[in-house]
Formats: sequence, structure tokens, C-alpha cells
Amino acid sequence: MASAVSIRGLRKAFGPRTVLNGIDLEIAPGEFVALLGRSGCGKSTLLRILAGLDREIEGTATVPGTVSIAFQQPRLLPWRKVWRNIALGLHRPDGRAVALKALEEVRLPDHADAWPLTLSGGEAQRVSLARALVREPDVLLLDEPFGALDALTRLAMHHLVEDLWVRHRPAVLLVTHDVDEALLLADRILVLDEGRIVATHHVDLPRPRRRASVVEQRTRVLADLGVDVETAA
Amino acid sequence: MTLSMAGVAARLKVAPPQRARKLKLPLRWISPIALVLLWQLASSTGVLPADKLASPSTVAQSAGELVANGQLGEAFAVSISRVFFGFLIGGVIGVALGLVSGLSRWGETLLDPPVQMVRTLPHLGLIPLFILWFGIGEEPKLALVAAGVAFPLYLNLHAGIRQTDPGLVEAAKVLGYRRIERIVHVVLPSAVPQTLVGLRIALGTAWLSLIVGEQVNADAGLGFLINNAREFLRTDVVVVGLVVYALLGLTTDALVRLLERRVLRWRVR
Repeated sequence: MASAVSIRGLRKAFGPRTVLNGIDLEIAPGEFVALLGRSGCGKSTLLRILAGLDREIEGTATVPGTVSIAFQQPRLLPWRKVWRNIALGLHRPDGRAVALKALEEVRLPDHADAWPLTLSGGEAQRVSLARALVREPDVLLLDEPFGALDALTRLAMHHLVEDLWVRHRPAVLLVTHDVDEALLLADRILVLDEGRIVATHHVDLPRPRRRASVVEQRTRVLADLGVDVETAA
Repeated sequence: MTLSMAGVAARLKVAPPQRARKLKLPLRWISPIALVLLWQLASSTGVLPADKLASPSTVAQSAGELVANGQLGEAFAVSISRVFFGFLIGGVIGVALGLVSGLSRWGETLLDPPVQMVRTLPHLGLIPLFILWFGIGEEPKLALVAAGVAFPLYLNLHAGIRQTDPGLVEAAKVLGYRRIERIVHVVLPSAVPQTLVGLRIALGTAWLSLIVGEQVNADAGLGFLINNAREFLRTDVVVVGLVVYALLGLTTDALVRLLERRVLRWRVR
């Protein structure tokens, strides 16, 4: 079966600064991949390239199917009601029924006619997810979508994302710097450092995962990120 | 807003808290009413001679007469149509230039510098040139109104377009929206609030331009009514004309506010 995402020898530089320095990556259809790294390691750049927002690259990055992205900020159009924002993802104005169904999936059934500015951060992010999902994307890119949320909302969002992924089965590439988040959600974790993938971890734990079940692997992933938990604690 | 070309891209205003205003409103009428009473008293006792300023009651009476004999209505219609057509011309120019310069880099590079230079001229000072160019008929009056309208609309529309959140444009891009669709769905709607600010400034300037323009050799309209009255020392008629100008300005401003409340109802909080 063809890959959902296929990257070969990808390089990207902004002026003299090399951000991505030879990335090779295949993501299978339906696979959940997390991309971990410190700020400025190039992970968001990689996502923007896959989303088609940055085309000046060396090497190849191909995504044969449809792509959706949810950003760190929800990026809803404030002058459109919630359901119209979701219908925006369908590219047709009469998508109310589909939008309502998507709202139910993200557990916001009563907010169809609300203005985006009245939503809380978590609610807006869920609308953003719904907008990304109504397109039935083959690849869902998540650019630290929980980064701006409080800890409790983030936990709820993790479950929601896993649910939606199980239901729709897109390939997911989640960019994050939260190791626990990656371990709870991903089949495979890539550690990105200075524009290269420096480590790959397969997470074979059964789902739904609990925090305790991931502790052991957490130490190893953190070591790849240059964080020594034993001495840090 | 007077001579400074009124073309500043003003900041969006935040509405003051409603409750405090409601409570104060009746009390706030005390001093204006007292002033009118004082004015009437000064006129009645002869302290304020009628050839300097007519009494409020005379003004009210003259207003009634001017309405009854149709003079005010006629002048009103002439002035309104001047503002309307002047606004239309200036609006089309301002919006067209604002769109070109807001939406295209080349448009901005070529258009913005000259427009920014010209806007520093006080447009009311252009009257002598307009008379030389357009004569003393309707044209210089329309041109003056149009000039007063075009600049604030241009500046605010241009600024509104440039302030579009690039994040929203990107989001639309990923959803497969082509450039023209992004402009329609994202860029133009996000420029609306700032453009409405420009519209309000433009309307204010339009009335101001009309008043100044009508001082120049008008043979009809509110300005003519006022100037004619001056010749006969009819201060009552002058005041009536001024009050009508003021009411017209207030009305159009209220209309834009209404429009704002309707169009910007998504800015809830």
C-alpha cells in the first residue's frame, strides 16, 4: 500500500540557517506518528512543508491524498458562526448537516450557531479539529494543537483526538514537545534535532494508554532529547 | 477631524460601559437646557441683540416658517444630493484605490506613496484649485466632498486589508482555497471593521466639505440659505441652517453606528 506521506532527502534553509538537514520519512496510511523536539528544531517547518505552505525545498515531500491541519491557534474566522467555520473545510456553503455531525463528534453539539470569539480555548480548538476532519483527510497534521490549553483541557483533548483517529483513521503527524503526549497517542515517535531525525521509538503499548504504562519508555525517549530524568529529579 | 485631512487610520473604538451611561443621561441634560434658557433670557432682555444672535424662540419660529414655505426642504434636498453624489464619487475612488493597493504589492508600491503625499494636503485648502479646474458650479462642490471622502476610505481600507491575520489566510490555503477565494472569504471580511471606521470619518468629512464648498458661490442649498440670510442679518435663519447641518451629520453617524452593530455583531464579548 502506498505511503500516506513520503519524504526523501528533504532539506530546507532560511538564508544561511539550515532548518531541515536531510529528512527521510514514510508514514503508512492510518499510522499515528509524533514528532518530538525542542523549540526551533525544525518540526513546525516540516509540518508546513507537508501542508503545502512552504514549497521552496530541496528533496521531495509527497502527500498523495488530502491534507488537513490543526494549528496551535485554532485560526477560526471570527465573523463566521461555528458551523460555517466547519463547513469551510468542506468547501461548500451548504454543509450544515455535515458540520453539525462533526460538532457532535467533538462534543460541542450546542455551539453550532455560536460566534468563535465566545468560545473558550479548548472549545475553539475542538472546532478547529472538526474543521480539519470534515474533509475526511488522508493525512491530519497537528501542530502543537494542545500547546496553548490548560492541563485539564489538554487531557480531555488527548482522548478526543485518539477517539477521532480511531473513527476516521487518517495518518496523523503530531508535532509536540510533550513526551507524555507523544507516548499516550503515537504508534511511532520521531525525535528531531538540528534538522535531522536522531531517534525513532515504536510504541507498542495497548490502547487506551494510561500514564503509568508509558513511564518506562518515557525515560528512554527523554534521554534522546538530552534530558536525563534520573539526575534531573 | 477638521483641517488635519481627517484621513488618519483611526483606532477601533471600544464602547463605554452601557449602564453608567444610562444612569447619567437625564442628569446630563440639565446644563444644555439651562444654557438654552439663559440664551433665551439674554435675548428677551435685550442683552443679546437679534442682529448678533436671534433668540431660541425666534429660531424655532423661523424653522417652522422655512419648513412651511418649502425653502428648507428645497435647500435640504440640494445639499443632500451634493453630499450623496460627492460621496459616491469619492467612495468609488477611495475603495478602488484601497483595494488595488491593499491586495497587490505592485499596487501598493506605485499607488501608496503619491496618495500618502497628497493626503497631507488639507483638502479644504484645495478650493482655489478646484474653482480654477471646475468653475463655480456644482462640480467643485462635488469634487471637494469626493476628495474628503476618498482619502479616509482609502487609508482605512488599505490598513484593514494589510492587518489581515496571515494565520487565517494560511488556514484557508491548507483547506484548498484559491487566492481569489481567500480574498473573498478571509481578507475582505477581516478588513471590514477598519473600513467602517473609515466610513464614519469619511461621512464626517463629507459634511464638512459640503459646508465649506457651499460657501463658494452657491445659488441653492443650505449654504446658500445661510449666506443669503447673512446678507439680511437674519441670524435666526443662519442658526436654523447650522442646526440642520448638525442634525444631518448626527443622523448619518448614527446610521453608520447601526450598520456597525449589525455587521460586526460577531465581535461579542
